[in-house]
Amino acid sequence: MTITAATADLLVILRHGPYGSSWLREGLDVSLVAAAFGQKVSLMFLGEGVLALMPGQAKGAPGQKATAPIIDMLAMYDIDRLLVCSDDLQRMGLQADELCAAVEVISGENVSAELDRHRSVFNF
Amino acid sequence: MRYALLVMGAPYSHQAAHSALRFAQAIIRKGHHLDTVFFYHDGVHNASILMSPPQDELHMRNAWAELHEAHGTRLEVCIAAALRRGLLDASEAKRHAKTAHSVEAPFELTGLGQLLELQRQSDRLVTFAP
Repeated sequence: MTITAATADLLVILRHGPYGSSWLREGLDVSLVAAAFGQKVSLMFLGEGVLALMPGQAKGAPGQKATAPIIDMLAMYDIDRLLVCSDDLQRMGLQADELCAAVEVISGENVSAELDRHRSVFNF
Repeated sequence: MRYALLVMGAPYSHQAAHSALRFAQAIIRKGHHLDTVFFYHDGVHNASILMSPPQDELHMRNAWAELHEAHGTRLEVCIAAALRRGLLDASEAKRHAKTAHSVEAPFELTGLGQLLELQRQSDRLVTFAP
């Protein structure tokens, strides 16, 4: 496989939804800091993580900041590669075009290829 | 090989931190170098000087400190994750007008940038999470 520097720095995997824990928020924080440090970051939303991209989210869990505004900010940080697994979309009854950000839909088999394509991976 | 660990589990709640400590001891025994253990998410609770487990249980904070003393492993704690959870060193406690602090050397409060730097410098960064 050819590794291109443009997409190869860091993959952050997000497996938790916006409510119920701080995994998503703290995973996104790592992504933003990495991008601010000049790394090319891709995000992969797996399992309940795809719920981070649900449209129409207003507030965060009671007493917490919402994560939706961070999703809106990703482009400003040049984080423009958002990967979503087709199996998970189907499981959640969602279509890619109804999500609140433009995503690249990948098949379950391509998840491992994406892991290979990035120099390092953080898993939240 | 140069290793670093990322610990994201609180002690006594999940296996993550306990496994991380055993892994740390094992790789050092094998002759590898453990540069740094970075604590993020609920892992920041490992740094609390106030934890008081029963005497017949492992004292996690002190076990990490012993690792530092014996092998020079740095113990770095994400400051943003720590402050939210009540883990403050003396200077942060003063800055936030708190009457007590809960983090002391050899644990150091630092930024997430340090985690990314570790990942760049290490041959292996191994995550322990619940």
